[in-house]
This record gives sequence, structure tokens and C-alpha cells, in this order.
Amino acid sequence: MLALFFRDIRLGIRAGGGALTGVLFFLAVIATIPFGVGPDLNLLSRIGPAILWIGALLASLLGLDRLFQADREDGSLDLLILAEGRHMLAFTVFVKCLAHWTASVLPLVVAAPFLGLFMNMKPAGIGAAALTLLVGTPAITFIGAVGAAVTVVLPRGGLLISVLVLPLVIPVLIFGVSASYAAVAEPDPFLPPFLILAALTLFLAVIGPVAAALALRYAAD
Amino acid sequence: MRWFGANSFATPTAGVVVAHIKSFLEEFQRDKTQFCCDAKLLRRIALDDGESMRLIAENLSGERGGEAVFAGVGFDLAAGESLTVTGPNGAGKSTLLRVIAGLLPTAAGNVRLDGGGEEWPTVAASSHYLGHQNAMKTALSVAENLRFWQDFAGQPQLGVGEALEMVGLGGLDHLPYGYLSTGQRRRAAIAKLLVSYRPIWLLDEPTAGLDKASEAQFSALMRVHLEDGGIVIAATHLPLGLEGAKTLEMGGSPSPMPC
Amino acid sequence: MSQSSATIRSFADLANPTRFLALADRLVPWFGGIAAVLLAIGLYMGFTAPEDFQQGITVRIMYIHVPFAWLAMMCYTLMALSALGTLVWRHPLADVALKAAAPVGAVFTALALITGSIWGKPMWGTWWVWDARLTSVFVLFLMYLGIIALTRALDDPARAARAAAIITLVGFINIPIIKFSVDWWNTLHQPASVFRLDGPTIHPSLLWPLLVMALGFTMLFFTLHLMAMRNEIWRRRVSAMQRVEARRAERQGA
Repeated sequence: MLALFFRDIRLGIRAGGGALTGVLFFLAVIATIPFGVGPDLNLLSRIGPAILWIGALLASLLGLDRLFQADREDGSLDLLILAEGRHMLAFTVFVKCLAHWTASVLPLVVAAPFLGLFMNMKPAGIGAAALTLLVGTPAITFIGAVGAAVTVVLPRGGLLISVLVLPLVIPVLIFGVSASYAAVAEPDPFLPPFLILAALTLFLAVIGPVAAALALRYAAD
Repeated sequence: MRWFGANSFATPTAGVVVAHIKSFLEEFQRDKTQFCCDAKLLRRIALDDGESMRLIAENLSGERGGEAVFAGVGFDLAAGESLTVTGPNGAGKSTLLRVIAGLLPTAAGNVRLDGGGEEWPTVAASSHYLGHQNAMKTALSVAENLRFWQDFAGQPQLGVGEALEMVGLGGLDHLPYGYLSTGQRRRAAIAKLLVSYRPIWLLDEPTAGLDKASEAQFSALMRVHLEDGGIVIAATHLPLGLEGAKTLEMGGSPSPMPC
Repeated sequence: MSQSSATIRSFADLANPTRFLALADRLVPWFGGIAAVLLAIGLYMGFTAPEDFQQGITVRIMYIHVPFAWLAMMCYTLMALSALGTLVWRHPLADVALKAAAPVGAVFTALALITGSIWGKPMWGTWWVWDARLTSVFVLFLMYLGIIALTRALDDPARAARAAAIITLVGFINIPIIKFSVDWWNTLHQPASVFRLDGPTIHPSLLWPLLVMALGFTMLFFTLHLMAMRNEIWRRRVSAMQRVEARRAERQGA
């Protein structure tokens, strides 16, 4: 299983892997927002956490269509499914999700604090946003895996994944953003939404891979 | 998690297997007729050992996209026996292999493995499946690919370097897989069958893209696998050079497909 | 067949890069040495130069910030010229120069942005404002990263070279925008004070250390660029040799 994790990370960061593209997309989205809403620093610092979250959400959806499709195209997926007796397929999917998150989404979390500065956010707000992203983005990947699994047979499933997955990640977005705001706005407590966010991630870490494994099983033809 | 170096063997018998295959290959190149006689002799010895594993399919039907592709297929293979599945395009050869592997549900009938014991409980768990695609990543080196499949599949048999030598790719382990030619890619995928042990080989057009010499080399590998009490099912429209292989002629499909 | 002809062509291409490698091997130590000496002198001059009446000690960051910003633009200009070299003159080294310059340029741009925001924090009270100069430099940074991603994503060097050259030339529009952004828009960033038609407005006691530092960093840039080009040529050779090895094994096997 560790071998699968390292193989997928290697594929992600090696030439043409597209892990860099996600971060670039994130940067570009954040850089575009001020042109749309105007360069008012007060306004930007107010909407900063939400922008960071939406940017990270869109960027992490970006590479999801390749999660299983690359393996399907070269026949690896058949062998991953056949190995079910040795490695439970849901666990294989879970490991693939973790590798995808480490190679493609973790860089977004690392980039987020710098982009927070562009948004004129306060240090506490930046820290809270980065922390909620660290805890919340795995949930996006786990739900995204379900979307990637059900669209694996489609040659251009990328857009469809976003359409399918975006409604499902709204709870994650709500609690992530509200926890980030709570860290800055005084009366709101930070911990409750943050803990709910963590619970969501843990819950989806189980549900997502199981559902995705089921979908992959039926997608084989 | 177990880690295997390129040349380490986890099972003590693996070294014997290497020597076995090597001597077979040498002998094969030295004298073909002699080799065939030896092979027959050895098979009889292997069968006398009383290997009890049997792969049995009864009244098997398969469908693809809701359409029946074949029906009423049955076979019974003992350890050391092979089956070549022939037939025109669209006769359902690939579908049959995928049904046997368990990648597709059976429409009717069943496939089972008798006498696999604890180690080989199901057909899927005891099979190597070599499909049309090679299941190798072009961005990784040949050795990285093989080492991954060895770690993932378990039951390591040959080291990566050894397996590559068996298929005539010795010394190319450090090259990116994407740099290999079509035939070399197929041979590297065949090396995948050797790095981990599985008693059953399910091969879908295994020699597609191979030249004559590589084909002969591959038949020798299959023969050695059969001598060791393995089972080979190969879908092909080229002769694979397997002596005494059972054949299954497909094509009398229940709903005729355009070729 | 097309693959084997591609190998031979790239081998013919290596004839010229071989001379370049020899040249680079000779130049790199000299360039590096000159850069180190100039930077040492520049740093000394920078720290002994008088402090600014309004800005105090913080003005000293100018001695690195301004050279970084210049180099960010110069590097892109060099890449645009290399792009022309690839598309018009089809020089085999032009695309190596473009590919090797992109990461170096990205680092200098990032350093310009970082030192700028360190300077901006005490002066303007914020790390970042979305004014024309800063935004256009940030866009330049994004373009560098985009070009890096593109050159890395395409495996075939010839195709990657043309694609990167075209996008580099299109992106060159940004360079004059950066240069004149402080004149065209009313921004927080101060206007140009060195390269002006009516001569520099900066005091000579501040100008000299700045020029020495700029020259030092330029030498550093060329050192790094030569080394990166050398690496890229070596990388391509390894890749070409690997392809040849795969072909040879094929021929022996047959």
C-alpha cells in the first residue's frame, strides 16, 4: 500500500503530473478576484477567508478527473480491482486519495498563507484559514473520489465531476469558512465549527472511498 | 509493509525457479526438438506429483453492454494445463477472460477454483491478468513500475532485474517506460507476470506487438509456468506454441456480432 | 521510424551544444567570482551609504529590491528574445535558454515581490496593495510559473519549445505595462528614479551602491542561467542516450 502511495505521489510531481498546475490555478483565481471586486483592502480582508476557501475548493477539484482515469486508460485499474482479495478496494481508493491530496492539494494549503497576505488578512485570520484548509480539504478529495469514480468511463468527465461534487462539498465550505471567520470576529467561537469540519473529514474519509470503490467495481467493463 | 530489493527473493524456492527457467531457455535455444521432448517428459512428472488445483467453468455466459456475447462455455483445467481461446474479432474472447478474472459479472454459470486451499481462495486472487493495456506508467522507469506491482501484488517470485532478463530486457530497468518500443513495452508487461507468483495466467492477446524471437521466448516462459503446475488461459489468434493445449473455439455466438 | 529519426536529429543538434558546454564551463567560475566580488562591494557600499531622510534604515532594502525587480523584467526580455530565436532563427540553444531562464526569473520575481512587501509594510502599513505596479509584477510571476509548468508538462522538447516560445512572446505585452505602470496610473509605488529621460533623480551617494548591486546580481543571474542551461543540455543528453539504448536493445533482441 505504501508502494501505491509513493507511486501516485511520484506520478503527481513528475513531469506532466499536473500537481503544479493546481497551485497555479489557485494563485490565478486569487489574483483575479481583486480585479472583480476592486482593490479596497478593507473589503478584501473581509472576504479573504471565503475567497481562499473557494479558490482552494476549485483548484482541488481541478485534477480530480485524472484520479482513476489515468489508471483506467493504461489498464492499471483492472489490476487494482483484481487485487481486492489482498487489498480491500476501498482502502486502495483511500490511499490513492491520500496520495492525490499530498501531491496536489497540500501545496494549496501551503500557498494559502501567502495569498492571505495579498488579501490583507490579519495573522490570526491567515492562520485560521490555513488550519481549516488543512483539515477540510481532505474531505473535498474524498467526495471528489466518488465523483471521479462514477465518471471514470467518460472521456471528458472533468466538468461533470465538478457539477456532481460541488453541491456535496457545500457543508465543508460552510464550516471551513465559518471557522476561519470565527477566529477573527470576536464573539463567535472558533472551536465548534472547526470540530464539525474535522468530523466531516473523518466521516467522508470512510464514506467516500467505500462509495468510490463500489462505483469502480460497477464501472469495470 | 514489506520491501523487496531488485535481487532479493522472499521464497527459498524462487532461486530454484530462476535456475529452472534459465536452463529451460538455454536448452530451448540450443535444440528445439529436444526441448519439446523434455517438456513432455517433465509435464508428466509434474502431473504425477498430484497437483490438485483445478480451474473449472460451467455453462458460462457473458454479456457486454446488456448484449449476450457468448453462452454455454465450459472447461476444466488441471494444474499444468493450458487453454487457448481462439475466434474472430468480437467473438467474446476478451469478455470471457474478464469474466473469468471476475472483472465482469457472469450472466449465467460459474467459474471456480478447486483445491486452491488457504493461499489461493478465489480465481481473482490467484490470477495474473494481462489485458490489452500493459498497466505500466510511462512517466516511471521500468524498474519503478515492476517494483510497484511486485510490492502491490505480493508473493514475490523473481527480482526485477531477473524478470527483465527473462523477457530479454536485461539492463533496461532504469529507462523510463515511455521510451520503450511497443514490443519492449509488451515484454516489460510480461515481466510483471514473473515478479509476483500467481498460479493462473489470464492472457489477452499476449503476443500482440511481439516479434518472432520474443514470441518464442514467451512460449518458453509459459511452458515453464505450466511445468510448475500453473494454469494458462490465453485469448489469441496466433499459435502460441503450447504443446497439448486445450482449445476453445469461440464464434458461435448466440446473437451474431458484426466482425 | 519517426522516433529514430528524432534521435538522430537531436544528436546532430548536440554538436553545437558541445561547444556551448565547453564555453559555459570556462565562463561560470569567472561570472560567479565577479558576481561575488561585486555583491560584496555593493553590500558594503549599501550599508555605509547615508540613510534616507524620510525612510530611515528601511531604505537599504532598495539595494536588493530594485535589482531583483530589474532582473525579473530583464530575464523575461531575455526569454522573449530566446523565443524569437526558437521561432525565427530556429537556433537549437534558444529553447534551452528559454527553459533554463524561467525558474531563475521566477525566483528573482518572487524575491522582488517579497522584498517589496517587506519594504511596503513599514512604509505603507500593509504587506500588499493591489496597485498597478505590484499587480503587474505579480502577473509576471504567474506567467513565469505558467511557462515553467508548460515546459515541464510537454515531454517532447521540440513541441514544448515552440509552445513555450509562443506563450512567452504573447506574455511580453506585460513588460512595458510593468515599466510604465507607475507613469500611466496614479499608484502608491514610487515612480522610476534611475532610468529616466531627464537623468536620474536619485542622489549619487545612493545611486552608486545600487548600480554596483544591480551589476552584481546581473552577473549572478548569468552565472545561474549558464548553469541551468548546462543542466538542461545534460538532461537532454541523458534522455537521448536512454532512447538510443532502448533502440539498441531492440535491435540486438531482434
